[in-house]
Amino acid sequence: MKLTGTEIIVECLKQEKAKVLFGIPGAAIMPLYDTFGKYEEIPFKNILCRHEQGAIHAADGYARATGEVGVCIATSGPGATNLITGLANAHMDSVPLVAITGQVPTEMVGNDAFQEVDITGITLPITKHNYIARKIEELPLIIKEAFYIAKTGRPGPVLIDLPKDIQLSKCNFNYPERANRRGYNPSYKGHLKQIKSAAIKIMNARKPIIVAGGGVIKSKASAELIKIVSKTNIPVVNTFMGLSSFPKNHPLFLGMLGMYGQYTANQSVSNADLILALGTRFDDRITGNLSKFCPQAEVIHIDIDPAEIGKNIYAKIPIVGDLKNVLQQLNNYLEEKEPVEWLNEIKGFKEKDPMYKENDNFLLNSRFIMESINELFRGEAIIVTDVGQHQMWAAHYTQVNFPRHFISSGGLGAMGFGFPAAIGAKIGCPNKPVVCITGDGGFQMNIQELATAIYNRLSIIVILMNNGYLGMVRQLQELFCDKRYVSTELAGNPDFVKVVEGYGGTGYRVGKREELIPILHEAHSKNEFVLIDCHIPQEENIFPLVKPDSSINQMIGVD
Amino acid sequence: MKHTIAILVEDLPGVMARVAGLFTRRGFNINSIAVGHSETPGISRMTIIVNGDEKVLEQVMKQLNKLVDVVRVRDIPAENIIERELVLVRVHVDSLAVRSEIIQLVEIFKAKVVFVERNTMTIEMSGDEEKINGFLNLLKPFGIKEIVRTGTIAINKNSKNGLK
Ligand SMILES: Cc1ncc(C[n+]2csc(CCOP(=O)(O)OP(=O)(O)O)c2C)c(N)n1
Ligand SMILES: [Mg+2]
Repeated sequence: MKLTGTEIIVECLKQEKAKVLFGIPGAAIMPLYDTFGKYEEIPFKNILCRHEQGAIHAADGYARATGEVGVCIATSGPGATNLITGLANAHMDSVPLVAITGQVPTEMVGNDAFQEVDITGITLPITKHNYIARKIEELPLIIKEAFYIAKTGRPGPVLIDLPKDIQLSKCNFNYPERANRRGYNPSYKGHLKQIKSAAIKIMNARKPIIVAGGGVIKSKASAELIKIVSKTNIPVVNTFMGLSSFPKNHPLFLGMLGMYGQYTANQSVSNADLILALGTRFDDRITGNLSKFCPQAEVIHIDIDPAEIGKNIYAKIPIVGDLKNVLQQLNNYLEEKEPVEWLNEIKGFKEKDPMYKENDNFLLNSRFIMESINELFRGEAIIVTDVGQHQMWAAHYTQVNFPRHFISSGGLGAMGFGFPAAIGAKIGCPNKPVVCITGDGGFQMNIQELATAIYNRLSIIVILMNNGYLGMVRQLQELFCDKRYVSTELAGNPDFVKVVEGYGGTGYRVGKREELIPILHEAHSKNEFVLIDCHIPQEENIFPLVKPDSSINQMIGVD
Repeated sequence: MKHTIAILVEDLPGVMARVAGLFTRRGFNINSIAVGHSETPGISRMTIIVNGDEKVLEQVMKQLNKLVDVVRVRDIPAENIIERELVLVRVHVDSLAVRSEIIQLVEIFKAKVVFVERNTMTIEMSGDEEKINGFLNLLKPFGIKEIVRTGTIAINKNSKNGLK
């Protein structure tokens, strides 16, 4: 039977088991939406967002929370360009997405037609791969490949540009069983000889440390990592993207590494003699000044992407492969071990670490808010954050014990990500509590998605960390620009509770410590969308931190 | 350092932009780029000549390898390279004496005169970069009107390191 291009898309999405699409229609993608309308029941949820950036961040949050491919749809021209931040964000954080954009009819492509942009050209450097469909017969294979490429190897976003005439023309439909590209063969198995040498190095090291990155989550290797740690008693630090790959309540967890990392983590890594780096790309926010990063440590670097090995840090033992496989194999060659002296040395770092000191402030400060969230959810909630000071507070203080329970924009640091991503996470995991920790600046970058969340009755708890500032930048101005607060005061902020009420949702305003916990409980028991506007001290800072260009063991804010 | 990179790519629209984009982004100037069909239908071969830092080049090659349309990437080492470029050059000829002088050069360099007008000669020559530059330098005093070069193509002497 002959199907139209858009019917083919619906069939392919069904075969790929896509459960949700996030998007906004427009002229060039109308045929696809019209096809949805012709089905008595389309085999997936179709979520109308209020901005394409909201749609793609939601698809991204969905993908991060579930481990499945997120799908979003936009029309040509402005719809497509509104996806760009979301694509770059997913590209940098290796999130599997398929973005489908409408395009002007093939014969008009290249003519500067109404709402035409060269979206495949524009997105070349921010997608794992992209396509423009030129013939209807190619469409099934393109979709098959797009999903395959998005989710295999090092995951990433794939864009498919669909001219309107291709959507409307017809051909016989056959979904290919497999995608097979000569130039695309990720290596999953690590090199055995390398794995054995790594095991010897690990057994001989006096001061070994594991740096667990986002790759551990993507490869679903947390259980393997925990096994190795139980056997060898090697302490673990997380990169920002690695948060949730290892339980924070594990006694050998030392916190987050990097520029906004924790003192113990930074000191331990700086003093280690062996770094076992798992699925991390040694981003500059992790290493600080590269030339001063761990001069005496040897590095075993395991990653599925060979281009990440040796890019920033020399790896004595490089291993290309899927972490789950490699760690399983590696574990076979490891023996029990307990680096007692090293663990004692680390205890000394903890004594100076502000993280392990009491919260002696009686204001409604960031740490109190995070700890209240922990008390209520005990590490069971999916925490989704935006970008700013609140993001780093959440990274430090929220209790996260399971993979995919901490979602945040790492590589791109894109304000506006958190709220729509929480929408995607809640749709992907309806039975889990979802808490969105956001700032008064970033929340306003996709505030229009209140409609999406409230209309779809998503019981997300938004914790708005309202400090009246673009706090992260204000702090830098305080520290490095003699407090010249240029363009960081958010004068003109709305009454957020009223805004939420305007959309038909519930909002609370909290200004004092003692108000928070009862309201949190009430919010949780309501089982519907709730925003809690927390008025926190305006000039609270995130400490400790590493000055740009300093070495990571030199932290400001540790006495 | 000069590097010669051989790349097999799937013959698909946009592949040139994908490959060239990677070099530009890392601050590599492409000295020359030559593309043509390979021995396999649907697969083209590109030869790219760049100058640049060893470590950055390694990163570019790894990034090239990640492109879905790229099937294989190799750096051809200088000691094993056979390289050729084709040039068409049109020179000004204002006297019989000049004409015979140029014909002499053409013979020495095993070049070929492919077109003659009253005031010009068009010459075809192939060779490695050094030979071509040497030839063009000798022609310069006569007045070169136009130069067309294909960019270098290259193959590895060691057939085991071919790009199959
Ligand atoms: C889209 C975007 N624009 C600008 C920035 C730069 N930036 C980083 S953090 C920040 C301030 C965030 O303010 P807010 O959302 O209020 O969070 P806070 O730091 O106050 O917790 C800014 C402007 C960014 N990361 N992303
Ligand atoms: Mg703020």
